[in-house]
Amino acid sequence: MEILTVNSKDTLKFNPQLFGLWIGMASIVMLFGALTSAYIVKQGASNWFNIKVPSIFYISTGIIIVSSITLHFASVSYTKSLESIYKILLGATFILGLVFFVLQYKGWNMLFESGVDLKSNVAGSFFYLITGAHALHLFGGMGALVATIINAFVLRFGNDDKRKTRLEMLVHYWHFMGILWIYLLGFILFIK
Amino acid sequence: MASVETLTREDVLIKEQGFNDHFHDHHHGDKYQTGFLGHYVFSMDHKVIARQFLITGIFWAVVGAAMSIIFRLQLGFPEESMAWLKPLLGKWIEVTDGVGKLSPEFYYALVTMHGTILVFFVLTAGLSGTFSNLLIPLQLGARDMASPFLNMLSYWFFFMAGMVMLYSLFISTGPFSGGWTAYPPLSALPQASQGSGSGMTLWLVSLTLFVVSVLLGGINYITTVLNLRTKGMSLFRMPLTIWAFFVTAVIGVLSFPVLASGFFMLIFDRSLGTSFFLNEIFIGGQALDRVGGSAILYQHLFWFLGHPEVYIIILPAMGIVSEVLSVHARKPIFGYTAMILSILAIAFLSFIVWAHHMFMSGVNPFISNFFVVFTLIIAVPSAIKVFNWITTLYGGNIRLNTAMLYAIGFISMFISGGLTGIFLGNSAIDIQLHDTYFVVAHFHIVMGVAAFFGMFAGIYHWYPKMYSRFMDETLGKVHFWLTMVGAYLVFWPMHYIGMAGVPRRYYSFDTFDAFKHFDTLNKFITIAAIIVFIGQLIFVVNFFYSIWKGKKMTTQNPYGATTLEWTTPIEPIHGNWPGNLPTVHRWAYDYNKDEREFVTQVEPAKEGEVVDH
Ligand code: HEM
Ligand SMILES: [Cu+2]
Repeated sequence: MEILTVNSKDTLKFNPQLFGLWIGMASIVMLFGALTSAYIVKQGASNWFNIKVPSIFYISTGIIIVSSITLHFASVSYTKSLESIYKILLGATFILGLVFFVLQYKGWNMLFESGVDLKSNVAGSFFYLITGAHALHLFGGMGALVATIINAFVLRFGNDDKRKTRLEMLVHYWHFMGILWIYLLGFILFIK
Repeated sequence: MASVETLTREDVLIKEQGFNDHFHDHHHGDKYQTGFLGHYVFSMDHKVIARQFLITGIFWAVVGAAMSIIFRLQLGFPEESMAWLKPLLGKWIEVTDGVGKLSPEFYYALVTMHGTILVFFVLTAGLSGTFSNLLIPLQLGARDMASPFLNMLSYWFFFMAGMVMLYSLFISTGPFSGGWTAYPPLSALPQASQGSGSGMTLWLVSLTLFVVSVLLGGINYITTVLNLRTKGMSLFRMPLTIWAFFVTAVIGVLSFPVLASGFFMLIFDRSLGTSFFLNEIFIGGQALDRVGGSAILYQHLFWFLGHPEVYIIILPAMGIVSEVLSVHARKPIFGYTAMILSILAIAFLSFIVWAHHMFMSGVNPFISNFFVVFTLIIAVPSAIKVFNWITTLYGGNIRLNTAMLYAIGFISMFISGGLTGIFLGNSAIDIQLHDTYFVVAHFHIVMGVAAFFGMFAGIYHWYPKMYSRFMDETLGKVHFWLTMVGAYLVFWPMHYIGMAGVPRRYYSFDTFDAFKHFDTLNKFITIAAIIVFIGQLIFVVNFFYSIWKGKKMTTQNPYGATTLEWTTPIEPIHGNWPGNLPTVHRWAYDYNKDEREFVTQVEPAKEGEVVDH
């Protein structure tokens, strides 16, 4: 994908691709903002019961935080041209990402077994919808991560601008997904 | 490249003062212009993509308008046989004893499709898709969009959205029929009506694809405006068109995801059995076990997009009109900064007025007050813009060509329709007016017709930049007067019908004594609508005829305009400028300045000259 740039003092000093990603993230914020506002509106109405969030979701929160840290240091080692550490940390992030998905899945199952299904109460519907939508967005991040890993192992290691930008985009998006998850979980736990 | 003799003053200025971005050092051209497919189909050139958006938009406009003629026939001539439409509509015309009746179910489907198509496919994609693509790079001095690839995807997602919707017209249960706003329960329960089944599923698929298209396009427009302006093109030197497209894209990127969230919940309700929007519903006397949801919640989500959406439609038209007025009045736009601030104010306010569509849905009247206040405040920036347009015209050396006529017509429509908005914005008056033809009249004039006028102004004005030829002026003027007069004849009477309380979207009024006496007026409206429709065919013919046979463009800058698109070669090239990129030295509206009729943006400032406003 080709990106055009102009170097002129009047324009933003921001990489256009990264900037585009930020706009995309703003629209994702609006998406989840809408879902959580709808949650508040609905909660104010009758027929709402509070669900007990299975504690496995705290573990998955820990995992996603750790994955952000590993990815952060992967990016640091890339800048410092520490190729093997870079590869290892990328791989670690990937595994942590997988673990996160598995834990979420387990969490949904546990919630289901405790009697909260998708249909019977809107509180449950919201829980599955919101956490599911988050998982879907993180899945996109996993796709980018896999592409980065393939590049890391197939291409010769090099520190060119294009790859650097791509890595930076991945890092920003991944952190964003982590922060989003913490917001969503906190929201569900504390808005009662 | 132009030979030395034909170099214009601007060519020379760009050559001497412009800057070399080394664009032509490597061959971009080969990569995306090889062969027919690369050039016309999967093109990544913003000028080609703009034309794709436009022509697809024209297609949908014809389809959507034809639908309105069919349902207008039902409203104007409910007694007449529609058997002659049977070859086109098939089983949707039920013939008994030689008399053909339009099926009521299909009438609702037509109204729904008309709204959906016009609002999303024509006035969103066809308008801002076309002109943002065409003008953002050209007027900012950029080679192309920030990401030509995403730009191409944006078009193809729009295209696919259209194909899915088109397909839904032909399925046996018919397209969705619950209104363009798709309120539950009709949209949430597949068994609620014929169109609520597969028709609604396809509607959701189509509009989800459309949301993706808008987001991809919007991300690109915003990034391009902020990152790819040429040297000297500061934000406050940008033409108002670009300001309008930019703010439109911002609104789109922030409001469409909210609609998407509503769609996801609808999809869950429809196929996974949740009850986000459903509560205690009876179908055919049977109670459903779906409880706990709220239909109003959907309305909130829909209108949180829906109201900004109407500004997504009108802002690009406003930008185009500002530009066309200034060029053809040969005067600087009046109140440039005030114009920008109004655009920003309108954009901001558009996010906090959505519940004015829900005064009658049972929202708390105290909350309504809040929305009344902000709704009425929108009139302030709107009025500022109107005053500035009129003042721009005042004392101008006006060229009354088709583009200019449409720009002036836009002002008239915007005033007429904006005033009725102030009626509707009062929650007490809205008790009488809500869901009547008064609302139909309001939004068709202020949004439908006005946005079309902006679009026409833009098409007639920038046609030479799209096809290197002009559209026919005589046909253009006939088209204008038919549309201008016809549109008022169609929509003006609807105000009276609406004040009398006639509800919108009804199939027939036979059984209502209170509304029977409007039959003559309804006939009149239908006849006017048919005439306007025929008038639009003149435009379509003119448009396609002129692509091949129109008067050729012989000079680079035929209107004597100041903006950068008129410094590019007559025959468009990839990368827009053959050599250097232009450097900008002044704002976009230096008309009739220091004895010169116009001074282009590439002209360096003289000692002590004021070049910003
Ligand atoms: C002075 C500014 C305006 C005010 C105060 C205003 C107010 C309103 C109100 C209160 C309604 C709801 C009426 C009802 O359903 O009972 C309405 C409907 C509508 N307005 Fe406006 N409006 C204004 C300008 C605009 C503009 C500029 C556009 C579009 C470009 C627009 C498009 C619409 C549409 C599409 C609807 C109807 C949607 C539907 O129910 O299908 N309005 N307006
Ligand atoms: Cu509104």
